[in-house]
Amino acid sequence: MEKGAKPRLLTILDVVTILLLVVATAMVFFYAPMEAVMGQVQRVFYFHVAAGWVGMLGFLVAAIAGVAYLRTAKRKWDIVGLSAVEIGMVFALINIVTGAIWARPIWNTWWTWDPRLTTATIMELIYAAYLLLRQGIEDPDRRARFGAVYAIIGFLSVPLTFFSARLFRTIHPVVIGTNQPGAEGAFDMTSLMLQTFMFSLLTFSIIFADLLWHRIRLGRLADKVEQMKLKMAE
Amino acid sequence: MNYLLLQAPAETSNYMIAGYVVIFGVMLLYVISLILRRRNLEQDAQALESLGEQEPTR
Repeated sequence: MEKGAKPRLLTILDVVTILLLVVATAMVFFYAPMEAVMGQVQRVFYFHVAAGWVGMLGFLVAAIAGVAYLRTAKRKWDIVGLSAVEIGMVFALINIVTGAIWARPIWNTWWTWDPRLTTATIMELIYAAYLLLRQGIEDPDRRARFGAVYAIIGFLSVPLTFFSARLFRTIHPVVIGTNQPGAEGAFDMTSLMLQTFMFSLLTFSIIFADLLWHRIRLGRLADKVEQMKLKMAE
Repeated sequence: MNYLLLQAPAETSNYMIAGYVVIFGVMLLYVISLILRRRNLEQDAQALESLGEQEPTR
């Protein structure tokens, strides 16, 4: 295979990902029943939660890659960490924005400084700062060390966000566990809804794997270009 | 709004559409950004390689 050429397995993964996304979308609109109280907007739930899951998964992978980098000092782990953070941020953003859209008809407001919404926003901002601060460090090894430590410490915001709806007084409903008394927008999932939800989680996990692979390849190419530039500058 | 008093589900289709426009829109933008960044880097790598080949002849 030509060096840098797209692996066949990645092409297969691309096709599988697109097919899964089509099926998941069809399940959301045609298989899952309409929720009796909230109406159509409840269909946002399937991809809203799945996007939140991928966001947190991305930040978890970045923290693991950070540990791996600190142990081995291999540049590939820095690329994995950066890639995972970037994808995590994209999906965490989708999660936050779709949450606001869902909140408007159900909570009668686009936004409220509820513990879940607040911690999710802080989490997103922490990783936005990760990307910004990285850009300010020129030395690749220092940048990678900084990224690794930041990704590990920044990960503290993820369990805080996940458990915020369980630990604090909140109107945000939870999928797993018991809702707070003031939770608004909670609903009982029928088996068709549960199947659609689980399939959406699976689909978004595969989307994450696919995007991560693409982003890592991009990171490797960026690394190669940077090394070439450094070599020419010497 | 007390939805418990309503007979039929609330009419919230527009919000659902807006939600899915955001979901697919953001994902599409990200994929496009990956494609564009890759293309730019490939051009950079090519340019740097040709510069590197010219250098020893100078």
